[in-house]
Amino acid sequence: MNSPGVLVLAGGLSHEREVSLHSGRRVATALRSQHLDVMESDVDSGLIERLTGAGDIVAFPLLHGEAGEDGSLREVLALLDVPFVGSLASASRIAFDKSIANRVVAAAGVATPVQVALPHEIFRELGASSLVAALGQQVGFPMMVKPSRSGSALGCTRVDSEDQLPAAMVAAYAYGQVAVVETFIEGTEVTVGVVDRGDGPQVLPAVEIRPESGVYDYAARYTPGATRFICPAELDDDVADRAALAALRVHEVLGLADLSRTDLIIDRSGTPVFLETNVAPGMTETSALPLAIEASGGDLGETCAALVENAWKRGIRSPHMPTR
Amino acid sequence: MTVDHPEEQPGSGGPDSRPTARRDTRLDPYIGTYAERTHGMTASAVRALFAVANRPEVVSLAGGMPNIADLPLESLGSVIARLIGEHGTRAMQYGAGQGEPLIRAQICEVMAEEGITAHPDDVVVSVGSQQGLALLTQVFCDPGDVILCEAPSYVGALGVFRTYQTQVTHVAMDEDGLDPVALRQAIAACRAAGKKIKFIYTIPNFHNPAGISQPIERRREILEIAKAEQILIVEDNPYGLLGFDGEPTPAIRSLDDQHVVYLGSFSKTFAPGFRVGWILAPHAIKEKLVLAQESATLCPPIFSQYTISAYLQTFDWRGQIKKSRELYRERRDAMLAGLQAHMPPGTTWTRPAGGFFVWLTIPEPLDAEAMLPRAVTARVAYVPGNAFYVDGLGTRHMRLSYCLPTPDEIIEGTRRLAEVMTNELSINAIFSNPGRPRTLHGYEAPGPDQR
Repeated sequence: MNSPGVLVLAGGLSHEREVSLHSGRRVATALRSQHLDVMESDVDSGLIERLTGAGDIVAFPLLHGEAGEDGSLREVLALLDVPFVGSLASASRIAFDKSIANRVVAAAGVATPVQVALPHEIFRELGASSLVAALGQQVGFPMMVKPSRSGSALGCTRVDSEDQLPAAMVAAYAYGQVAVVETFIEGTEVTVGVVDRGDGPQVLPAVEIRPESGVYDYAARYTPGATRFICPAELDDDVADRAALAALRVHEVLGLADLSRTDLIIDRSGTPVFLETNVAPGMTETSALPLAIEASGGDLGETCAALVENAWKRGIRSPHMPTR
Repeated sequence: MTVDHPEEQPGSGGPDSRPTARRDTRLDPYIGTYAERTHGMTASAVRALFAVANRPEVVSLAGGMPNIADLPLESLGSVIARLIGEHGTRAMQYGAGQGEPLIRAQICEVMAEEGITAHPDDVVVSVGSQQGLALLTQVFCDPGDVILCEAPSYVGALGVFRTYQTQVTHVAMDEDGLDPVALRQAIAACRAAGKKIKFIYTIPNFHNPAGISQPIERRREILEIAKAEQILIVEDNPYGLLGFDGEPTPAIRSLDDQHVVYLGSFSKTFAPGFRVGWILAPHAIKEKLVLAQESATLCPPIFSQYTISAYLQTFDWRGQIKKSRELYRERRDAMLAGLQAHMPPGTTWTRPAGGFFVWLTIPEPLDAEAMLPRAVTARVAYVPGNAFYVDGLGTRHMRLSYCLPTPDEIIEGTRRLAEVMTNELSINAIFSNPGRPRTLHGYEAPGPDQR
């Protein structure tokens, strides 16, 4: 079988455009090192023409945030019969929405924070003050307030007392109609990648994240040197195994394909608690997944090429097909 | 040098993928070797958003890029071809560290438009006036030295001042620009604290970002204070010839040639791509600047100097500036009309008589920095006010530029922005969110205590 061309999709209009462009460049370079014919494309009004005119290609979506991770671009790829790397639109939609993913993952036996999800209309209709007070009582402090559908830490706030809650709710609702309020879990922050090269999902070593500033915000994520990454994470073996199993369970129960990266907090008792999962994990020079691939003895180029080959063999995916 | 630390780990019998060595890395092997001054250079979510703002779907009221669509490109092409054909070996050779004599003489003619009398010997050509600012700061400032700046001030200047580890002290503005009372107070306070003030940095015409200009009386007043206190004024004047009404106000440098260093630029009146600006300085300072320029660049770009020199010789550059003024006036009018039509109650803005920028003050409890991602989602971009302060103040403001988009795009941009603000006000009202604590200055324009 001839090798297909690869169309790396990066950029887009989300807030993470620049991060996505970095991811795209790195993956494109890695694929070229494997002698694949690689094109890079933004997601704009010329994309459909490029996709339909490109001949035998596999698309490698590396868009972060909305459109990239909420499934909409993947729906378009499926509609146009373009084979692509990664999860189907339906699975991406569920994974991207924290209020839904949390429930699905919890039902599968993975520990999750206590979570309340509320649309902002309910506050408008019922009055904010009593609901805000109830949230404080039910979830307790400290808590995290997040937009339900958001591609990055944007709109997320740690809240330590009731008087901070209104500003945090405003910050979250500015990104969408639904906000989730979760218990804040103290512990070790790790992220665990899952890669399926065609022979079943393989869990990569957990990467422990220790931002120098104490907060893993935008600057800590994308300034080289601002965060310590420890891989494999400094966990007891049984805890590491539990984290690996949790990431694998999340990948399976959400019906994800090819690659995912699940963010977990290992709480004081050693239990991995699910925070969120990413269907288009960052691939930048300061991202965790490439580090985990290297730590597992793999090579980013070889791994990405294997994902492309697998997507090519799998061929066209109807949106109504089973998820893998 | 700090390096990654692979660490042996005994085999553990865990999942197949468990490796045998642990890597503890900050993904930058040079992290321990950078200079102290680079530690503040971090990735920024706001800066990253401008990657989206540059897409055509977004109306960008953020950038300060001059509108050069009206330049006579074809004729310029011929002039450049002739320049290479006839003078290529000189125009592409190294040149004088101070800049080429011919263009320095022409620069004096340009400055005469604003009442400045100068000798070409006192002009140093720089790589845009931005490099002039860097050379001046390098020549004058040790870490911790104080520079007095308007509140708010040009973000690019603040970046240079930060690089040289100076301490910026903001001085309030009123509707006539830098406030003399606040200036006297700031000087007294710095001196009482035993600090060394190196210069007053001011943008007297169509201020970036505030859009305010100093009338001639105000310029005299500031100059008198500087002379009495023996403090140098750095007058940054990229927009002075781009006024919409009447003749340019005389530059501060036109009133005094010993206490003022003047920074000029062809970036706004011709084109920024050539990167040619200049510094006009008293003799002793000029001598230092030439040495500093030689060690920084050997010489500023010769080809650019020759090109601009040929442009000034061959074209009606005064006529071209007149055309630019009309182009910017039309856009300023569109922005003021759009703001008038769409902004929610409680919003105020400055009405610039030239230049590129309007300074908008948004209603409480809105926060211009926090709101930017939502604005970008709504396909409109601006620069949050706190970019123009060194101390995090300014989130109650934003800079809107009207120089580049079309008048229709500008009006649409103001409509989108107003929609974002209205939605944000509504969400805030539901939660009775008081926003960040703020103290408003008496005048609804830039001031050091407007959070």
